[in-house]
Amino acid sequence: MSRSLLALLAGGLFGAGLFISGMTDTTKVQGWLDVFGNWDPTLAFVMGGAIIPMAIAWLLTNGRKPIVGGEFPKPPEPKLGRNLVLGSVLFGVGWGLAGLCPGPAVASLSYGGWPHWVFFAAMIAGMALAPLARAQLDSAVPAE
Amino acid sequence: MGASGIIGGLVDGSGKSNMAERLAFLAGVFLVPVLLYPLFSDVDTHATTNVAVLIAAGLCVGVGTRLANGCTSGHGVCGISRLSLRGIVATVFYIMAGGLTVVLFRHLLGVI
Repeated sequence: MSRSLLALLAGGLFGAGLFISGMTDTTKVQGWLDVFGNWDPTLAFVMGGAIIPMAIAWLLTNGRKPIVGGEFPKPPEPKLGRNLVLGSVLFGVGWGLAGLCPGPAVASLSYGGWPHWVFFAAMIAGMALAPLARAQLDSAVPAE
Repeated sequence: MGASGIIGGLVDGSGKSNMAERLAFLAGVFLVPVLLYPLFSDVDTHATTNVAVLIAAGLCVGVGTRLANGCTSGHGVCGISRLSLRGIVATVFYIMAGGLTVVLFRHLLGVI
C-alpha cells in the first residue's frame, strides 16, 4: 500500500474522530477551556482517549520500522526554549478566541460555513509569516 | 507529526519532500466529515461571526503553532503519549493561555 493512500486513510480517521467527538464545536472547545467559568470537562476525554492508543502505538514502534518505508519520528531534543513557550501561548490565545485549532479547522471547512474559511485563511497566513516572526525574534533576543 | 506541522510544511515549503502524503492526509481530514455530515442531525460549530476575532485567532494559531513546532495533535497527543517534555510543557502553556483568554474575552470583555 502506498504511503499516500495510508496518509489519506489516517487523515480520514482523524477527521472522523474530530467530527464525531465535538472538537469542531467551538462552543464546546471554549467551554472546555473555561476552567474558571462554566467548565465542560467532556473534551478532556477526547484528548485522553487519543493519548492512550497513541502511547500504545509508540510502544509498538520500538525496534520496528514502518512497513511502508522511512523511519518513525525520533523523540525531539528535550530542549525547552522561548519559541516553544511563546508559540504555545500565542496558539492558546487563538484557540481560546475562536475555539478552533489546526486539525478541527480543516475538518470543519465543509460544514462550518464562511467563518471557518476566514479562520483557515488567517491561520495559513500566520503559518506563512511564522519564519519571519522567528527570524525577528532571534535577531532581537538571541536565544535557544 | 501533528496537524499544524503537516499544514505548515506545505505553507513554508519545509515539507517539500513528502508533499503528496501531506496533501493526502489533509484530503482525508477534509473529506470524511463531508461524508459523515448527512448522517448526523443538528451539527453546528457555533463559530463566531466576528471577522476581527476570526482573523486575530487564525493569525495567533498559525504563527504560534509554527513557532512552537506543534499544536493539540502534535504536542498534545503525539508528544504527551511518548512523555516528551516539550509536548507536556507546550500543552500546559497553550491550555493555560486558552483558559485565560476565555476568562478575559468572555467573562470580562464579553467579546466571545
